[in-house]
Amino acid sequence: MKSSFFIGIGLTALILPSAAFAQHAGHEGHGEPTETASPAHVNADDPHAGHGSMDHSAMDEDVSPGPLSETPAPPEAGSGPPRAADQIWGTDMMAHARHKEHGKHGNFPVLWVQADRFEAQLRQGNNSFLWDLQGYYGNPTSKLWLKSEGEGEFGEGVEDAEIQALWSKAVDPFWDLQLGVRQDVAGPSTTHAVVGLQGLAPYMFEVDAALFLSHRGDVTARIEGELEQRITQRLILQPRAELVLSAQDVPQLDIGSGIDKVELGVRLRYEIIREFAPYVGVEQTWHVGNGADFLRAKGKDPSTTNYVVGIRFWF
Amino acid sequence: MNGYSDLLKTHRFSRRSLLGGMSVGAALASTPSWARGGNIAQDQPIRVGFDELRGDVIDLSVGSGRRIVEGRRSMGVAVNGTVPGPLVRLREGQNVRLNVTNQLKVDTSIHWHGLLVPFQFDGVPGISFPGIAPGETFAYEFPIRQSGTYWYHSHSGLQEQQGHYAPLIIEPKDGEPVKVDRDYILLLSEFTPLNPYFIMSRLRTGEGYFNRQLSSWTDKYPMNAAERRMWAEMRMMPTDIADVSAPTYTYLANGRGPKEGMEYLFRAGERIRLRLINGGAMTFFNVRIPRLPMTVIAADGQNVRPVEVDELQIATAETYDVIIEPGNAEAYAIVCESMDRSGMALAMLASRPGARAQVPALRDPPLLTMADMGMNHDEESGHGDHSSMDHGTAPKASSHDMAGMSMRDTSLLPPDVEIGPGLDMVSMAPVDKTGDPGLGLRDVPHRVLNYRMLSALEPNKDVREPSRLLELHLTGNMERYMWSFDGRMFTSLDDEPLRFAWNERVRVKLVNNTMMAHPIHLHGMFFEVVNGQTPAHQPRKNVLVVQPGASASFDLTANEPGDWAFHCHLLYHMHGGMMQVVTVVGPGEGS
Repeated sequence: MKSSFFIGIGLTALILPSAAFAQHAGHEGHGEPTETASPAHVNADDPHAGHGSMDHSAMDEDVSPGPLSETPAPPEAGSGPPRAADQIWGTDMMAHARHKEHGKHGNFPVLWVQADRFEAQLRQGNNSFLWDLQGYYGNPTSKLWLKSEGEGEFGEGVEDAEIQALWSKAVDPFWDLQLGVRQDVAGPSTTHAVVGLQGLAPYMFEVDAALFLSHRGDVTARIEGELEQRITQRLILQPRAELVLSAQDVPQLDIGSGIDKVELGVRLRYEIIREFAPYVGVEQTWHVGNGADFLRAKGKDPSTTNYVVGIRFWF
Repeated sequence: MNGYSDLLKTHRFSRRSLLGGMSVGAALASTPSWARGGNIAQDQPIRVGFDELRGDVIDLSVGSGRRIVEGRRSMGVAVNGTVPGPLVRLREGQNVRLNVTNQLKVDTSIHWHGLLVPFQFDGVPGISFPGIAPGETFAYEFPIRQSGTYWYHSHSGLQEQQGHYAPLIIEPKDGEPVKVDRDYILLLSEFTPLNPYFIMSRLRTGEGYFNRQLSSWTDKYPMNAAERRMWAEMRMMPTDIADVSAPTYTYLANGRGPKEGMEYLFRAGERIRLRLINGGAMTFFNVRIPRLPMTVIAADGQNVRPVEVDELQIATAETYDVIIEPGNAEAYAIVCESMDRSGMALAMLASRPGARAQVPALRDPPLLTMADMGMNHDEESGHGDHSSMDHGTAPKASSHDMAGMSMRDTSLLPPDVEIGPGLDMVSMAPVDKTGDPGLGLRDVPHRVLNYRMLSALEPNKDVREPSRLLELHLTGNMERYMWSFDGRMFTSLDDEPLRFAWNERVRVKLVNNTMMAHPIHLHGMFFEVVNGQTPAHQPRKNVLVVQPGASASFDLTANEPGDWAFHCHLLYHMHGGMMQVVTVVGPGEGS
């Protein structure tokens, strides 16, 4: 068996320059030709030997380091766009083909819609519902981003709801700057200008922070952070925190100046498929400061603990 | 010397044709007439495996149909009704006319991967020609100036993922230098029930969407808490070995899934040439035949000095020819694990139909290491005091090592790299890693191929010193799924090609600022990998893998005029922007 292989090698050798074969024979069994590079090629005077950009192995000693720094192409390389095919197939045909390919490669847009929280909130007394949706259409660095959040008590209708339309521009590998408007569509009608930052912070925190300026001149801010902790490939624990800040009291929106609201929650979801995951969780909300007083005045509890059941889905 | 008589005995029956093996059952089935080329209707099933075509005029037809692999279904794109498409078998020195008819409802194309052709017949829509419109027949016509193992595939949209790929073999005009008893093709690829545009969209919107080996609280990866925190701090995933893998993919050997019985017959003592072609869209395969060494004799169609190994990693779009000599065992398993070890393509060398060897279980999935980020202190010397960095075998770096280091120190980049959101990492100290056998194979206890072991058999004609250096940076943003050269994504309206003067000799250095291995493919020309061999024996290739965080260089003689595509051969990376045009000015055309 082995012998026929060597016959083959022998036949190969017949048509090879003998030097090449000799060198090969020297490697037989080593499988590492580079280690047996001929010393005849080593140039001890070569100033670059062992100092080049690839000086990490003995292999460089018998090969030239090549040019060490980048230089522009010579004028003979020509200039202008690549249009060789125009001469053969016609300028119009190729322009049409390029147009068709444009938008398919690289910066093409995608659509994404997500319900991060879509849930029932259960507590003693009144049960409520909540949605937290967002979606975008656009290319990797420039998108139209829509968001909607809202909540209400079962049987009493929507209490609080907003829609945001944002232009989202990548300003960093992991961060998008978002500019746009927010319209509160339940409760006192309010329009806000929005400046936000959304992205992925170190340690994989998903962060959405926004500053709102209402048409009445009130300044508020909201910071949301989430973390995904994979327990298995499908079971995921998601801690979540939300902080609402305000520069002033806004009594008609039950907002007090300073820290107005703190929300801490944790949700455990099971991804039946990546896009569809039911979850259960618990969430604690504290309204503090004047905001808490506004709520107490209306007979509401400024501190609530909710058990949540919902689905997270996206497409 | 009894090898001679064996050789003569077996020669008679085994040389009848160069077949890609056969599957049990399918071997005896007659081929339906519709599958022989010509028309295939939209709802026809696509046949598995390929026929053979040869001659001066070859007719190919691209159509769509239903595919079923191991019970999973999808719509596919087939050439002449089969996946893979028909083997095109040519002879060096002949002229060929290939008539390609498009029966799809969308444009198609065929790119002859690795072939030296006039640029207008290279088959890249928008760069070399307008593409082939539905119902149209396009005639490719060119002389055959080379020999070896190649393949062809669509360069339109994502049709390659759907089955539009096939082998192409060219016999040398003076006969094969290596005599064998059998000559087999093993074309590796993937099947997915998903629409490739859905895959592309999910890569952009769902981080790690296709990865079922993500790190978790219950994984068995050898990482401690500090290492896990460090990866999280960097917003990177050490499990990001392959963007798309099993179970989304079923890995295929000549179109057949691992349970579908792909087999190659042999007799003990025969010499077999196995032509490995990676026609996959996204997969690097680790190929080994337990108990049987492989002697590599060609890479990307070009002969190399024989080198014996026990395993090799074949990157997307590469080809390797190996010689194997099966012994007395009933069967040998040809095991082709995906690099992330989520699955395997499988074929059997069988001494009789149906003979089966034991198939080893998938090995543990590899992890990226600090070295894959370009932290390469003493990487190659192997005796440094930073033991954590050595060989990149285990991710032992602690968060302490990260102190004061930036993952994205853009001052390390040359000024022609565009710095923006599309660049999430800068390799800290990129070193040449042509000696790297590939992710997951750095610490296996047997001989593994690496680029430094390749040496051109026939000496290179042009051994001039390169007159200039062209440094290109491979850049990307995994989170946004943006891929680019020098921070700029390709659109075919890109008006800044990489320009070369006629017959110019240039060293092109590729620096990988990402944590993925990229198989970079140049159309229309061979380059010579700068791998420590003398200029005359640097191996000629058309695909060069640049390892994560590392660099790799090739020398190019720009002697094929025209515009040529130059891109990462991971299909969704190319589609995601990692593509460029290389323009070679013809003789006397320069300014």
